[in-house]
Amino acid sequence: MAEQHLPERQSPLEPEYHPGSHGNFEHGVDVILSETRPGSILQLAAWPGEEKRLIEIIRKVTGLALPDGAGGGVSSGARAVFGFAPGKFTVVDEAEGLAQAFAGSITPAIGTLTDLSHGRTAIRIAGPKAEWVMAKFFAIDFTLPAFPLGAGRSTNHHDVFAQIQRTGADQFDIYVFRSFARSFWKALCHASEEVGYEVQ
Amino acid sequence: MLITCPYCGPRDVIEFTYQGDGNRERPQPASQNLDAWNAYVYDRLNPAGDHNEIWQHSGGCRAHLRVVRNTVTHEILSTAFARGGHKTEGRS
Repeated sequence: MAEQHLPERQSPLEPEYHPGSHGNFEHGVDVILSETRPGSILQLAAWPGEEKRLIEIIRKVTGLALPDGAGGGVSSGARAVFGFAPGKFTVVDEAEGLAQAFAGSITPAIGTLTDLSHGRTAIRIAGPKAEWVMAKFFAIDFTLPAFPLGAGRSTNHHDVFAQIQRTGADQFDIYVFRSFARSFWKALCHASEEVGYEVQ
Repeated sequence: MLITCPYCGPRDVIEFTYQGDGNRERPQPASQNLDAWNAYVYDRLNPAGDHNEIWQHSGGCRAHLRVVRNTVTHEILSTAFARGGHKTEGRS
């Protein structure tokens, strides 16, 4: 296969992305905000009854075994996967080209693959006050028993649709539409001011 | 008002979109039974009490749901996926 030359990706957050400490940080920063910029963000969907076959394909291609249950997921540093709707999964990889790795496996009889790598922006919020800041944005339960490690949730903030995965006890990865990402980022920075935040 | 999505769990009503009366039976597209089409388009039970409804979790997993809601108290009595399901136990 010929080497692919993809255009260099620009961050939609760039004009508002200011590394360093901000807000009320005299007593330390309680959340860290960053853009994770994964190379691949895919949406996989199984036709009704084909969910188990799709989960098996995800395991073969990524090495990630999805746990049972709605919104179940797992992350392993470079790669992550979680369910966000019945029979639908978001798969993320630090490297580009994950869509090609799936292309031969997901046949039209099983389901569909949509490459959203250029369509979503991934924002990470981490730190002891991450749950607190997230709870100001989204009307869902962010406590660890209700939102376990690796799990995914679909919700929205002021009509900006968001998929959220818990990738650490006090860390969440948020996937938002690229076109709304800068606005969402600014709101997230404002919401983090009271606890002191650092942009990395 | 909270609606418990079968996939996402309890969520605020703001995440959902009402998609209409769940009691309607759509005639076959080729049907020329004008009474059936008239009933489908216009006839509503409008009960003061439990009511079959179709909602979409448009701000979440986007699944279409069968919901039984009490139109007087706004209590949600049951929710289920609309796909492949039968009518839930509301007034019909």
